[in-house]
Amino acid sequence: MHHLWLIPTIPLAGSMINLLFGRRLPKIAVSGVAIGSVLLSFLWVLNVLSGLGGLEEAHIERYFTWIQSGDFNVGFDLMVDRLTAVMLLVVTGIGLLIHIYSSGYMAHEEGFSRFFAYLNLFMFFMLILVLAANYLVLFVGWEGVGLCSYLLIGFYYLKKSAGDAGKKAFIVNRVGDFGFSLAMFLIVVTFGTLDFARVFAQAKDMPVEAGVGTLTVICLLLLLGATGKSAQVPLYVWLPDAMEGPTPVSALIHAATMVTAGVYMVARSSVLYLKAPLAMDAVAIIGLVTAVLAATIGLAQNDIKKVFAYSTVSQLGYMFLALGVGAFSAGIFHVVTHAFFKALLFLGAGSVIHALEGEQDMRLMGGLRSKIPVTFATIFCAAVAIAGVPPFSGFHSKDEILLAAHHHAPWMYWVGVVTAGMTAFYVFRAIFMTFFGSYRGHHHPHESPWVMLGPLCILALLSLGGGYIHIPHFLEPLFPLAESAHESTLVYISVAAGLAGIGLAWLMYVAQPGLPDAISRSFRGLYTLVYNKYFVDEIYDAVIVHPLRDGSRSVLWKGIDEGVIDNVVNGVGRSARNVGSVLRVMQSGYIRSYATWVVLGSVIVVAAISFLGGSR
Amino acid sequence: MLLNMILFLPLAGFLLLLFFPREQRGAIKTTALLVSLLVFVASLGLIPEVRNAPTAMSYETNVSWIDYPPIRYHVGIDGLSLWLVILSTLLTPITVLVSWNYIQKRVKEFFAFLLLLEFGMIGVFLAMDLFLFYVFFEVTLVPMYFLIGIWGHDKRIYAAVKFFLYTLAGSVLMLAAIIYLYNRGGTFDYPILLEMLRNGRLALSSTEQFWLFMAFFFAFAVKVPLFPLHTWLPDAHGEAPTAGSIILASVLLKMGTYGLVRFCLPMFPGAARDNAPWIVALAITGIIYGALVAMIQPNMKRLVAYSSVSHLGFVVLGIFSFNQLALDGAVYQMLNHGVSTGALFMLVGYLYERRHSLEIADYGGVATPAPFLSAMFMITMLASVGLPTLNNFVGEFLVLQGAAQVNFTWAVFAAVGVILSAVYMLWMYQRTFFGEVSEELRSHMHDLSPREWATIIPLVVLMIWMGTGTQTFLPVISASNERTLEQTKTNVEFQVNASPSLSSQVKELLNVR
Repeated sequence: MHHLWLIPTIPLAGSMINLLFGRRLPKIAVSGVAIGSVLLSFLWVLNVLSGLGGLEEAHIERYFTWIQSGDFNVGFDLMVDRLTAVMLLVVTGIGLLIHIYSSGYMAHEEGFSRFFAYLNLFMFFMLILVLAANYLVLFVGWEGVGLCSYLLIGFYYLKKSAGDAGKKAFIVNRVGDFGFSLAMFLIVVTFGTLDFARVFAQAKDMPVEAGVGTLTVICLLLLLGATGKSAQVPLYVWLPDAMEGPTPVSALIHAATMVTAGVYMVARSSVLYLKAPLAMDAVAIIGLVTAVLAATIGLAQNDIKKVFAYSTVSQLGYMFLALGVGAFSAGIFHVVTHAFFKALLFLGAGSVIHALEGEQDMRLMGGLRSKIPVTFATIFCAAVAIAGVPPFSGFHSKDEILLAAHHHAPWMYWVGVVTAGMTAFYVFRAIFMTFFGSYRGHHHPHESPWVMLGPLCILALLSLGGGYIHIPHFLEPLFPLAESAHESTLVYISVAAGLAGIGLAWLMYVAQPGLPDAISRSFRGLYTLVYNKYFVDEIYDAVIVHPLRDGSRSVLWKGIDEGVIDNVVNGVGRSARNVGSVLRVMQSGYIRSYATWVVLGSVIVVAAISFLGGSR
Repeated sequence: MLLNMILFLPLAGFLLLLFFPREQRGAIKTTALLVSLLVFVASLGLIPEVRNAPTAMSYETNVSWIDYPPIRYHVGIDGLSLWLVILSTLLTPITVLVSWNYIQKRVKEFFAFLLLLEFGMIGVFLAMDLFLFYVFFEVTLVPMYFLIGIWGHDKRIYAAVKFFLYTLAGSVLMLAAIIYLYNRGGTFDYPILLEMLRNGRLALSSTEQFWLFMAFFFAFAVKVPLFPLHTWLPDAHGEAPTAGSIILASVLLKMGTYGLVRFCLPMFPGAARDNAPWIVALAITGIIYGALVAMIQPNMKRLVAYSSVSHLGFVVLGIFSFNQLALDGAVYQMLNHGVSTGALFMLVGYLYERRHSLEIADYGGVATPAPFLSAMFMITMLASVGLPTLNNFVGEFLVLQGAAQVNFTWAVFAAVGVILSAVYMLWMYQRTFFGEVSEELRSHMHDLSPREWATIIPLVVLMIWMGTGTQTFLPVISASNERTLEQTKTNVEFQVNASPSLSSQVKELLNVR
């Protein structure tokens, strides 16, 4: 026993302490409990991993039976293998940095203890999610992180938009969970268990499905779940709105960890997916469509957090592309590097917003390079990493994905390259709008305290050098290295696309600042379409939300319930009006008379039966 | 002895309260609380013996009540009824506390009725004689009628009469069926009747099975309530005082689903199986329909009432799936719904006591002045929408999993209800608790008082306990369900008449031998 349960439970304890007593504790104690619990959890992860050695085999710990009915049994079981190890380090490591950062960022906010209680609770559920040894415990984490996401998006609950965004996130995720649940039901019907080890052992011996078989259906349903949690087409719409939450939340939950849960889950189920080529294709295509769609929207946004949000959606699409072409380890590699640079981008953005007292519109920024130099330097490291500039981290993982995609289908590579160019463009567009030129706002920018800058610096180092942590090699026992093209030309092309994106952004936002307006004027229609995110939210409202709400009111409630059923009932009631007047007599208000009626009624019934029985 | 004490203590309490002078409000309330607490503690003593033998009748008492016709006082408890009894005995002291300040007029009658109601509820779950069961079934009707009719809101008379007539219509049919069975079998004793049905001494034709099943089913379906027989529920809940709503949702509805499992399935297995398809269709319709209509309710209590229609649809689906997992889930879901919906009505009641409105539009921003009330509401809401680690998830999961094993399409449609439950609950929560709070509302909204804490904490603890520690509760349920499913497999052979016409069926039914 290595007491894996301690890893999630320590943050849970921290959360409970702050929930129950946080309002009465000083801020330093609140953040101390929160940071300390995550630190302990991180140290325990290190302890467990060093104790387990090479992890050639999965280490499983079974605690107690959760649900038992008939032959079906599911327990609270946790496990660690190499995939979990990677996720554990990312979640607790990045989580620790973001907790530290938050103690500075949130210092002047209302609800300080509530914030940290939720954040610790999130750590609990996220760690359950990656430690789970069966689908149902994974689902506990899955729903739990969704809950924390809901709570934290709606953290500023006085704002209606925050409440709306939280609710939207929860409900859209519910649609995904619908798929996940059905997948679980089908897994139990097929394999008789939800235990990873037993499901995958049986699945290994099954043939690869040529058409749509049971495994394909299971995988497609799991994919529906993943599109919800990991914000893929068609369920990505909640993530941009989720930026209503405090910025550290955007960094931790909506960039580095929770949104990669779908990637993790598909990778965890790789045995099933490898038997279902059609589902694999679906994963790849959804990933690719999402990557392109979100990148194009990212080109035209003016809110700094929205840019990074669409960037996250797009990068998650990359990860799904990797999974879909069979490069599972490349997908997880990108999860890790993305956690470094995207967390840094968001925390950097948070530092900018902090400096400008809440301003998020990039049109009111500019020239901040000299005013907040540490923030600028660190965020710049993230930008070169995401743009795929060698030898920084994003270059390594993105390259693995693109080469695997080329091997699978060259057109996927080319779409990926174009997206990489767009990615570099919109990230550097944000950098240039924010830090170059002259300041266009009215605040007095000030650099953030070191408690915030410290985590930024560590993440900057990871963003730059993280690519040399060779995750795919570490994951080889789980995922055979995908065959991929090894042509250096392909690498040069993708790097060139990234550099071209940077160059174009420099041209448009530093060298020729008038250019963007001119372009948006000459492509008015296209620009409007992209700027308004292809009107997807409006379409969903018109096609799903409004018909459902209005139909329920006018057809079901007023129509069927009150119109049809109650009319029939009241009709019966009217014809039995005499009964009503009898009841009015009965209701004379004295308990003795009620009791009389009860007794009288019983007597009549008994008498009736005696009579009937007597006639027998 | 213990079981009889648990059953008759509330009745004794009811009679005792009748002799109290009506001015002594404090003494009346204290007595009601003490009696109901005593009953609750005593009922916990039932657990060990039922655990040992969940499929047998424990604490059986079987004596003659009325000589002719031979109606017996036959009571006992097994794995199916154990937790339903404890749910009833737990909720009664809680509702006494909930009503402590809420009830200002006719205090004596109110608390007396609560105890009478408890007597009826416990009796329903214990009765092993069909006539005795019918008596208890009706006994619950009377106090609930008055709880709504006297202490309810503005449209209380309409709601009370509707409630009364709806359920009476159902139970009259059941009474007819019970008398018919007596005439065929010569006894009201349920275990004897079952044994006679099993060994063929009482052979029912398929027509008889069908009509008897339908009579029982209709009575229980009204109580559940199954779509489209549900329209009394929103009115009853909307108008009832808080305590009435809690008892109604938590226990009285379960009398319907309990009856289905206890009587309909074992006595008429053939008819139950034959009619399962359309019953399941109604259950799934109810799941989605209830959720959709709940979504657009402007009144909180009506919203929760429609959500009950949706949740009870899961229970009926589980019962008529004829599958171990589904049935376990269904019975577990009865308890879960009792705990979480009871808590929802309680918290809505606390909002009403502060603001004197049930309209969602009259609220907004409650989280600011009453954070702990909001937090408790949040946990209860999350339990209700089926968040894993809270109670409802386990029941819904088992029902859906079991249904999926029988027919995957059922699970697909029913699972839509799980999505929708998040929609209506979260939307109500947002409109009630989030946003800016008006000065007027702020002045009304104080946070939970110690008495209110005492009522909500046990239920919240149960939500977590029943969501994670299912092994405390589920094994006895599972064992007794295994027995029930076994009973539905025997006695399915009976002679099928060559397509009798409807008129001959009716004639046969009315023919009193």
